[in-house]
Amino acid sequence: MARHVSENASRAREFEAYVAGAGGRLLHTATLLTAEARDDNPRARRLLTLALARTYACWDRLHGEDPYDHTRQYLATRFANSAWHELGGLLRSRPHSGSPLAALSPQERLVLVLRLHEGVAEEQTAALLGLPAERVRAIFNRAMVNVLRPPRSPSPKVAGVEAVPS
Amino acid sequence: MAGMKREATVRRMLEQSPPPVPPDLHGDAARRGARILRRRTLVRRAMWLLLLAVTVAFVVWALTARPWVEPPSETTPPLTGW
Repeated sequence: MARHVSENASRAREFEAYVAGAGGRLLHTATLLTAEARDDNPRARRLLTLALARTYACWDRLHGEDPYDHTRQYLATRFANSAWHELGGLLRSRPHSGSPLAALSPQERLVLVLRLHEGVAEEQTAALLGLPAERVRAIFNRAMVNVLRPPRSPSPKVAGVEAVPS
Repeated sequence: MAGMKREATVRRMLEQSPPPVPPDLHGDAARRGARILRRRTLVRRAMWLLLLAVTVAFVVWALTARPWVEPPSETTPPLTGW
């Protein structure tokens, strides 16, 4: 019993140190994925809390594996699945215009953020998302074109803000 | 070359203004993680209990029904040649 308690305490300490170190970067990644504004990102926070909770639950079984990789993988797959579910509600999931990636589709954002912001190689991104590498390259190229395209007139921006619920 | 430059531009664009981290992020995550662990323990325990119950039921059935014993013959050879 005492061993159990001390195990829990040491896990909690290690986990706290890990979140203190990696939390900021992971939250930045999550916020880029959900394309929310930097100070109004409830979806990104929820996504990250879920991913971190998974990592906490698997902490003792990581066996030297990088917890950052574990959290990032869960974050990416969870985002991919939730984006798939939200395809129906186009208006509901319209991203906040405060993000540099607001004009991209969820899949384009996912690939762009993994490849550029997280520096994951093309093959690993493909394996992570379960897509062929050529498809990942195509999505990445399309995302680069879309993100570098100069923004259109400010009128859609206003419409985007009005369409965000609550 | 142009591709590298474009990638660097986009990377810079992504890296500006990281969001502020909420103060109790690790507490929230640890609470949820502990809940997941508890739920997993409960499910595992329930599965073991179910397995145990099935095993006991099987043993009791086997001991009462004795399916390995040859059932007593219900037909008798015809009596001829008396």
